Amino acid sequence: MSDSAKGIPRDPRRRKALQDMTRLGGGAAVAATMLTAFGVSSRARPAQALRPPGALPERDFLAACVRCGLCVRDCPYDTLRLSDWADGPAVGTPFFVARNVPCEMCDNIPCVKACPTGALDHALTDIAKAKMGVAVITSRETCLNLQGLRCDVCYRVCPAIDKAITLELSHNARTTKHAIFEPVVHAEYCTGCGKCEKSCVLTDAAIKVLPIEIAALKQDEHYKRGWEEKKKAGGALVDAPLKLPVRRPEAGGFP
Amino acid sequence: MTVNARPYLEARAQKGLWASSKFMVLRRISQVAFLALFLSGPLFGIWIAKGTLASSMTLGVLPLTDPFIVLQSLAARHWPEALSATGAAIVLVGYLVFGGRTYCSWVCPVNPVTDLAAWLRRRLGITFTAKIRPELRLYFVGAVLAASMLSGSVAWELINPVTALHRALVFGVWFGAGGAVAIFLFDLLVAKHGWCGHLCPVGAFYGQIGRVALLRVTADNRAACNDCMDCFAVCPEPQVISPALKGERTGAGPVITAGDCTVCGACIDVCSKQVFHLGLRSRNAAHPLPSTTAPAPAARVISSQPAVLERDLS
Ligand code: SF4
Ligand code: SF4
Ligand code: SF4
Ligand code: SF4
Repeated sequence: MSDSAKGIPRDPRRRKALQDMTRLGGGAAVAATMLTAFGVSSRARPAQALRPPGALPERDFLAACVRCGLCVRDCPYDTLRLSDWADGPAVGTPFFVARNVPCEMCDNIPCVKACPTGALDHALTDIAKAKMGVAVITSRETCLNLQGLRCDVCYRVCPAIDKAITLELSHNARTTKHAIFEPVVHAEYCTGCGKCEKSCVLTDAAIKVLPIEIAALKQDEHYKRGWEEKKKAGGALVDAPLKLPVRRPEAGGFP
Repeated sequence: MTVNARPYLEARAQKGLWASSKFMVLRRISQVAFLALFLSGPLFGIWIAKGTLASSMTLGVLPLTDPFIVLQSLAARHWPEALSATGAAIVLVGYLVFGGRTYCSWVCPVNPVTDLAAWLRRRLGITFTAKIRPELRLYFVGAVLAASMLSGSVAWELINPVTALHRALVFGVWFGAGGAVAIFLFDLLVAKHGWCGHLCPVGAFYGQIGRVALLRVTADNRAACNDCMDCFAVCPEPQVISPALKGERTGAGPVITAGDCTVCGACIDVCSKQVFHLGLRSRNAAHPLPSTTAPAPAARVISSQPAVLERDLS
């Protein structure tokens, strides 16, 4: 292609400048693409890595947290740590592993107060409303209470005892004469502090705190509970009982 | 140009040890002091500065936040709390007064690493250097902000070896120091002043502040320059020197106005003729253009950085 072709500046200075811009711009575009991909992939974090109280949802948290460690410094129980390359959560961000050191749910929530960016939402003033995760009985087959024994440890240590964890009584079908006291977590009250997971007496805890995204707490809107709707409406929702067709083989209900 | 392996010898002989290493010593003290402020707490329980260079709280009253990180956070569409916004404003004003890339040469923990690499390079006579355009880092600033916007995260902090090294030192998350080792090898073996001078977007960001910052190095005694080139040998950004030092020809003032100058003072230390001093940007105005005595060559008026242009065209 000759220099006089359209679009190619004749002035050697301008041509050089344009060449440079294209080359450097290309390099920067490659860098931006790789960094974007890395940024998106950093949203994945190990299920056992929990965020401090008040942490924004993971995506917003990664846009907000500057990895300063002020929350870590002000945690009196050394619960929080800054992530290293090998730890899993986005590097430099604060997290804790409940089985190692759970959150003690300080009344004055010093970690949130210390956060300069709002990555830990300052609107959280009542630690009982924290949602670091949700406890789940992840192993019904090993939980001692579910085998019909009386362990109750997770229930006893829960700071929101009888609200976040209750013991639900049921019949022990194996022995036929005893009861089973099943620990049931009520997500509405569970803060995800991890005291239960920390205290589970088994080598592998049967109750674990999972990040909210994993525990999936939202009931789909379209599933209505008849009994609740009835209560809301203050009476039956349909006037008369519906007449349903009888589906019996002799009535020709089945093909 | 032959590489001067020991550029400080002449200055030491003429000015003495202190005057020829003053800024280097002061900078090391400053770098250690900044670390000590953060380490006195975890090591001795005396809390002065908490946090890291990304954001910190000093004595419970002074918030400081890296404005470049806040900028990325904004690009990722997070509106920061007042505390980090205030901290970023204070840092911004601080560097507008104290010279922009003074962060690089007086505070940044990577600087001793790259200084060591540069020194070793001179001593070992390593002249090989990959050609990277120093402007690349400015493009990287753009790339980092774009990546922050697209990924919705504070993107550079995912790999930033500068804050990673600081976190490693202050919080003991040691893998983060790996980046600094890589930088050392890169600067030593691959490219002269490779990291700080060509790639680091943090330095490039502070360089933009440096373009208008008050505190500068000036070559106010440039008439005494004997062209020994020692300042070029030690300066981490040698392209910033000639517009000021050789500015007599172009009518440029003696103040090093380029934002890339890190105000490290190495040129002040190394110059046996006492050409360089610390000064204010406003000194340029105090020096009337010498155009009345020596008319500037017309061809050079085009650019304020003739040295850069000359190199481009060669
Ligand atoms: S609430 Fe208390 S124990 Fe829990 S993370 Fe915050 S500071 Fe630590
Ligand atoms: S204090 Fe806030 S910004 Fe700093 S590391 Fe903790 S969560 Fe992130
Ligand atoms: S994590 Fe466990 S101990 Fe903590 S509130 Fe939830 S159920 Fe209770
Ligand atoms: S011009 Fe002087 S002060 Fe500026 S970076 Fe170079 S050696 Fe350092």
